[in-house]
Amino acid sequence: MALLDIHDLSIAFGGVKALQHVSFSIDSGIVYSVIGPNGAGKTTLFNLITGVYTPTSGEIRLDGAAIHGRPPNELARRGMARTFQNLQICLNMTALENVMVGAHLRLDRNLVKAALRWPSIRRRDADLRDEAAELMRFVGLDRYTRARADSMPYGALKRLEIARALAMKPRILFLDEPAAGLNPTETLEIDALIRKVAATGVTVVLVEHDMKMVMSLSDRILVLDYGRKLAEGTAAEVRQDANVIAAYLGAHA
Amino acid sequence: MRDPRHLGLAVLAAVLAVLPFVLPNSFYLDLAIRMAINAIVVLGLNLLIGFAGQISFGHAGFLGIGAYASAVLPTHYGVHPMLALGAGAAAAGALAAAVSYPIFKLKGHYLAMATLGLGIILNIAFRNEAALTGGPDGMPVPSLELFSFTLSSDRDWYWVVAALLVVSVWASLNLIDSPFGRALRALHGSEVASKVVGVDIARYKMAIFVMSAVFASIMGSITAHYVGFVTPTVSEFFHSIELVTMVVVGGMASVFGSLVGAVLLTALPQILATFEGWETVAFGAILILFMIVLPRGLVPTLAARLGKGG
Repeated sequence: MALLDIHDLSIAFGGVKALQHVSFSIDSGIVYSVIGPNGAGKTTLFNLITGVYTPTSGEIRLDGAAIHGRPPNELARRGMARTFQNLQICLNMTALENVMVGAHLRLDRNLVKAALRWPSIRRRDADLRDEAAELMRFVGLDRYTRARADSMPYGALKRLEIARALAMKPRILFLDEPAAGLNPTETLEIDALIRKVAATGVTVVLVEHDMKMVMSLSDRILVLDYGRKLAEGTAAEVRQDANVIAAYLGAHA
Repeated sequence: MRDPRHLGLAVLAAVLAVLPFVLPNSFYLDLAIRMAINAIVVLGLNLLIGFAGQISFGHAGFLGIGAYASAVLPTHYGVHPMLALGAGAAAAGALAAAVSYPIFKLKGHYLAMATLGLGIILNIAFRNEAALTGGPDGMPVPSLELFSFTLSSDRDWYWVVAALLVVSVWASLNLIDSPFGRALRALHGSEVASKVVGVDIARYKMAIFVMSAVFASIMGSITAHYVGFVTPTVSEFFHSIELVTMVVVGGMASVFGSLVGAVLLTALPQILATFEGWETVAFGAILILFMIVLPRGLVPTLAARLGKGG
């Protein structure tokens, strides 16, 4: 059975049909990419799957359980993590604390124990600090383990989002344009990082405009255009698809 | 980041320990007690405003609940003052939960609006229920007994309030640097990011609002017992604004900023006393001035200048 099953998913914002009757499924342990021109509905799709939006119609199933319309905090509990196209880093906190927030659901969140500096909470936090620093090294942010988030450059913040998502110990990780705004070297590094993450067994779902990266990285690719599914398949299949070529290069190409 | 804060706590404890021996007379001791009481309320309010990013314009209302619980329950119903204090805190917490439950389902600064109304309603209630509260004239409050020991002298009160302050600062520092506190700061930094990592945003906002209301109510009770008399002024809208001003002047999201704000603005009316009737205007001017010149508040700005974390 597929890890994630999307069936006939649609959402409309007033008169705008952002996504129409999209169906696909994602197997466990693969890298799955969603591509398409600007405004095709890629980020909308992510927002639907991760519970930020509620679909107008259709079904989303994670491990067979219907999850559409469930709030993000519940989906987090089911092992879903994501990053954002427009950075969502807490600039009022340190880099390390941002990563630690990712572990939220694995911690004792009791208010009274926290205020009393309960030994179990203190010990767990000390361990978590090491764990978060380790994750920052994993994503290549060794230099920033003691930095404030608001003092870090854009490229580093993109990776910090990935580290925070990994701190959730997710089963499925949604990356919304992880290479957007990065220079070619940084893009290569993100490429390598995604491979590293996928190698740990996390299913990765990617929205990305960098075609070189998408084609080399993805096990399967979904192509969206004007909110509809245009094609789906392996990189080779998608590349050959007449509809895709028409949408990307113009019908006469 | 952690060390300077705990150093701050040690300095605070040392200053509080020495203070009563160097203060020239009882006027200053009284001022110090009122500063410490305000500081504790402002600490709770700053957790709400500075750390969680939610504004309350009705905290004086919660002070009023505590103060009147400690006045009315023992006087009219023979309830033990400690029980009355607890009942007031519970009532303030329950009211805060009931008011904020629907509000935190919405996005935006509706809490400010709701608490504004709530504070004013509470003030009117205390003013009008003259049979119970003595109306605008207020009523006397019996003294507070702690395990057969009656608090009466200003010295005793000073030590109680100073101890409470140190414990409150310690607890606030702990809270901020805990899973709960990080979730709170994270939802201030990015609501969507904290939702996605699993934070139940509405619950956290509510928890901190209820906690700050309970803080305020307890300090309202303490104030009432200390002064020995309570009038509706304790719950006036202006007092709520004073408390918010203390948070802003001292520094939002700064524990020690809360103390500095409370100390400065508690002293200010003494200085402004000559402007009789214009204090409100002066407070407004100070608030505006700070928003323009030092929007982050005194302590965070100074800390940044010194190259340290706030």
